Amino acid sequence: MSALLEVNDLCAYYVTSAYGIERTVQAVERVSLTVRENEVFGIAGESGCGKSTLLKILLGMASPPLRIVGGSVTYHVNGGSLDIFALPEAKRRQLRWQVVSYIPQGSMHALNPVRRIRDTFHDFIRAHRRLSKRQIDEFVGDYLGNLGLPSKVLDSYPHQLSGGMRQRITIALATILSPPLVLADEPTTALDVVVQRGVLQFLEEVRQRQESTLVLVTHDMGVHANLADRVAVLYAGQVVEEANTTTLFAQPVHPYTQYLIRSLPKLDDRTERLSIPGRPPALDNPPTGCRFHPRCPYAMAICKTTAPPLEQVGPNHRAACYLLSARGGDGSHA
Amino acid sequence: MQTFRAATKIVADMFRYSPAFRSGSTILVVLLILAALSVVSPYGPSDRQVVPMNLPPSPSYPFGTTALGQDVFWLTAFAIRNSLFVAGLAVVIGRSIGVLLGSFSGYTGGATDRILSSLADTFIVIPRLPLLMLIAFILKGTITLSGLAVLLGLLDWAWPSKRYRAQILSLREEEFTQTAIFAGMGSLKIIIREHLPFLIPFLLADAVSGFLYAIGMEVTLSVLGLSDLQTPTIGTMIYWSTYYQVLLTQKLWWLIAPVAAAVLLVVSLYHLSTSFSDYLDPRRRLKSLATSQGGAR
Amino acid sequence: MKHYLTSYAFPRFLQWLVVIVVGVTVTFIIPRLLPINPVEETLQNVSATSFTDPRAVADFKKSIEELYGLQGTPEEQYVHFWERLFRGDLGPALSAFPTPVTTVIRNAMPWTAGLLGSTILISWLLGLILGTLAAYFPNRVWTHLLANSLVTIYPIPYFILGLLLVIVFAFYIPIFPLVGGAVGSPSLSLPYLVSILQHAFLPALSLVLLGTAFRFIMARALAGTAISSDYVTFAETAGLPKRTILFHYVMRNSLLPQVTDLALSLGAMFEGALITEVVFSYPGIGFQLYTAILQADYNLILGVTLFSIVGVATAALLIDLSYPLFDPRVRHS
Repeated sequence: MSALLEVNDLCAYYVTSAYGIERTVQAVERVSLTVRENEVFGIAGESGCGKSTLLKILLGMASPPLRIVGGSVTYHVNGGSLDIFALPEAKRRQLRWQVVSYIPQGSMHALNPVRRIRDTFHDFIRAHRRLSKRQIDEFVGDYLGNLGLPSKVLDSYPHQLSGGMRQRITIALATILSPPLVLADEPTTALDVVVQRGVLQFLEEVRQRQESTLVLVTHDMGVHANLADRVAVLYAGQVVEEANTTTLFAQPVHPYTQYLIRSLPKLDDRTERLSIPGRPPALDNPPTGCRFHPRCPYAMAICKTTAPPLEQVGPNHRAACYLLSARGGDGSHA
Repeated sequence: MQTFRAATKIVADMFRYSPAFRSGSTILVVLLILAALSVVSPYGPSDRQVVPMNLPPSPSYPFGTTALGQDVFWLTAFAIRNSLFVAGLAVVIGRSIGVLLGSFSGYTGGATDRILSSLADTFIVIPRLPLLMLIAFILKGTITLSGLAVLLGLLDWAWPSKRYRAQILSLREEEFTQTAIFAGMGSLKIIIREHLPFLIPFLLADAVSGFLYAIGMEVTLSVLGLSDLQTPTIGTMIYWSTYYQVLLTQKLWWLIAPVAAAVLLVVSLYHLSTSFSDYLDPRRRLKSLATSQGGAR
Repeated sequence: MKHYLTSYAFPRFLQWLVVIVVGVTVTFIIPRLLPINPVEETLQNVSATSFTDPRAVADFKKSIEELYGLQGTPEEQYVHFWERLFRGDLGPALSAFPTPVTTVIRNAMPWTAGLLGSTILISWLLGLILGTLAAYFPNRVWTHLLANSLVTIYPIPYFILGLLLVIVFAFYIPIFPLVGGAVGSPSLSLPYLVSILQHAFLPALSLVLLGTAFRFIMARALAGTAISSDYVTFAETAGLPKRTILFHYVMRNSLLPQVTDLALSLGAMFEGALITEVVFSYPGIGFQLYTAILQADYNLILGVTLFSIVGVATAALLIDLSYPLFDPRVRHS
C-alpha cells in the first residue's frame, strides 16, 4: 500500500505575547509519520499530548498563534504530491473535504441547531461541487440509504435526533465526498459503551466502502486494539513509539506505551490497575532530554539530558527510548 | 498585604498594555481630582452672586461664570462630586438588594426562587422612568440628593438580582462546589472562600453599569427639575443653564461644562470596566494577540 | 400549535398579567405612601391664588379627591382604580381641562410610536449585523474604528447625547429643526410628510446611535460565542464559504438570544424615547409627560405612567410570543 500522507520532522509551536509576557508552547516536536492508503492508523495519547494541534496542521488549518517552525506535511493524491505549507489558503480549503476530512470531538454538537440536516448537507456539498439542489438531494438520499440511515432524518433538526444518530450524521457529512483520508478526533468520548460500539462499527463500514484511510485519534487503547492496523503513541508532542497494532500490544517498548496498555482492564485479570504517576508536562517549559523522564520508572542519567531518537526496533516498529540500546536493542524488558 | 501587591501589579500591567485602560483611568483620575478640589473651593456650593455674571471663559475664570453669578469651574467641581455621590449611593443600595435577593433566590431554589425570579422579571419590564418621574414629581421641592439616591437604588435591583442569581446558579453547579460540599465545607464558608473570588470581578463590572445608569437617571431627573435644585450636580447645572436659555443667549460654557463632565465621566468609567473584564477573560486575550504574530509558514 | 399555546404562550401571558397587576398596584400604592399629599398640594396651589371661602374650599377638595380617586377606604380606592382602568377612564388632564387624559395620550401616541418603532427596528438590525461582522472579522481596521466609536457612545445618557446633538446642530450645522414634530396641519401631503422626517431626524439619530451601540456590543459578544462553537468550527473545517457561515451559522444562532433580549430592553428604549422627546420638544408621550410635570398635572402624569406600563409589557409579550418563529428548537419539540 502506498503512502497517502507523509509527515516529516514537524515542529509547531504556539507563540503568544500578552501583557508583556511571552510564552512558547512546544505543542508538536519533530513528529514524523507515514499514513498509507486503505488502513486504519491510530494515534494514542492523553489530552494535552498535541494530537489536536497535529490534526489542525494536517488539515491545513494552522493559524496564529500556532506557528509551523519546521518540517513538512505532504499528501500523495491523484498521482501527485502536495506540500500543504506551500499551498495558498484557497487551495487548502479545496483540499479539505475532498482529500482530507475531519470528524470532530463532541460531534454531537457539530450540527447547526437551526438548520435542517438536509440543508446542512447542501451547505457542505455546495462548498465543493456545483450541483443543483435536486442533484444534491438525490446524492445525499442515496448515500444515506447505502449507510442504512433513515431518510426522514433529512427533514429533522439536530435536536430531534438521538446522540448516536447525530454522530452518524456527522460521520456521513465528513465522508460524503469520499475523501481518501478521514481524521477522527476522539469519536467515542462522551458516549456510553453501547453507542460507542455502534459508532465505531459505522465508521469502519464507511471506511471499507470508500476504501479510504481512517486516522483515529483517541486515548482509549481499547478502541485502537479493536480497529487500528497501526498505532503511533504520542506523548508531550512527540512520537514515542509506532508499530503494527498486534506488535504494539504484544511487545511495547516505551514505558509510556506499557502503562497505556496495562491500564486496560482485562476480563480475567483482577489485579489493581495502576495509573501513571504524575501528570503530562506543561509544554511551555517541557522537561529536558526525554520528555517522559520525570514520570518514568526506568529513567537513566542520559534520559534527563538528551532526547532519545526514534529508532527501528523491528519491522514496522519504531520507538524512542534509551532502554532499547540499554537492553541490546530487542526491546524486551525484565 | 499580598492582595495589595497583586492589585498594584494588575493595575500596572493593564496601564502598560491596554490603551482603553490608560485613557479611561487618566480621565477618571482628572475628574476625581476636580471633584476633590471642591473641598478647597473659595465659594460654597449654593452661593450665588459671588462673581460677575455671564463672563465667558478667561484666565481668571477658566470655565466662565453663570447668569447667577457663580464660577463655573468650582461649580463643576461640586457637581461632579455630588453626582458621584448620588450615583455611588444608588449603586450601593441597588446592588445590595440585588445581591441579597439574587443570592437568596439562587441558593434557596424551589418555589421561593420562582416567585422572586418572576418578581424580578416583572420589575425589569416595567419602565422605571415614568414611575421615577411620578414619585419625584410628588416629592418635588422636598427631595434631597440622598433621597434621590435612595429612590434610584430602590428601583434598580431587578436586573442585578437576575444576574447574580445566574452567577450563583452556575457556580453551584461547578465541580469545585460539589467537591467542597462533599468535603463537608459549611455553606457560608463555601460562599465566602470558593464563590466570592469569582463574583468580585463580576461585581465590579456590574457596579460600573449601575453607576452609568444612576448618573443617567440623575441627570435626566434633575434636568426635569425633579431633584434638589439648590445643590449643584451635573444634572442641576444643566437644568439651570437651560432655564437661563444659554442656547439662545449663546452663553454655552455654562452648559458645556456639565455636559463634558458627564460624557468624560461615563466614557472613562465604561472604558475602565471593559478593559478590566477583557483582562480577566483569557479567551479574548488569546484572540487579540493572535494578530500580533506572523502567519503560519 | 396546541403545544405552543399551552406550554409556551400561556406562561408568558400569565407573566404579562403579573406585570400589569404589579405595575398598576405599585403605581397605585406609591403616591399614597409618600409623605406629600397631592390633593393638599393642589389645594394650596389653588387657594394661594384665589378664594379662601372654607365651604368652597371643602367642595373643591371633594371634587379633587374624586378626580384623584381618593375617596373611600384604600380598598375601595383600589377597586375603583381598576374599574376606571377597564373603562379606559383616566380622568381629565388638569393642564388641558376638560380634555380627558386618554385623548391627550392618544394624540401623542403616534409620534412616539413612529419614532420608537422605526428607531428600534433600525438600531436592532444595524447593531446585529455590524456586531456579527465585527466578531467575525475582528482584525480589520474598520472593525476597530467602528467598535471604538460605538463603545464610546454607548455609556452616554440619552439626555446628554440629545443635548450634544442640539448643540452641534444649533450652532455648527444648522440644517435640522430642533423643536417640534412637524410644520403645518396634519395631512398626507408631501410637504407635511417631509416636514415630519425633518423634525424626526435628530431625535431618531440620537435613539439610533445609542440603540445601535448597545445592540452592537451585545451582538458582538453573542456572535463571538457562536463563532467558537463546535458547529461553526466544523463548518469552517469543511471549507464552507464565509458568507454561508456568517449568515446561516453565526447570525441565525446569535439571533435567538437577541430576540429575547429585545423584549427585555424595550423598557429602556421606551425611556430613551421619552427622554429624547423632551430634549427636542418632540410632541410624543415623553413631551406630554414633561409639560405635565411643569404644569403640575397629576392626572396626566399618572395616566402616562399607567399607559407606559401596559404598553411596554404588551409589546414585550408580543415579541416573546414571536420567538418560536426564529428558533426551530422551540417550534419542533
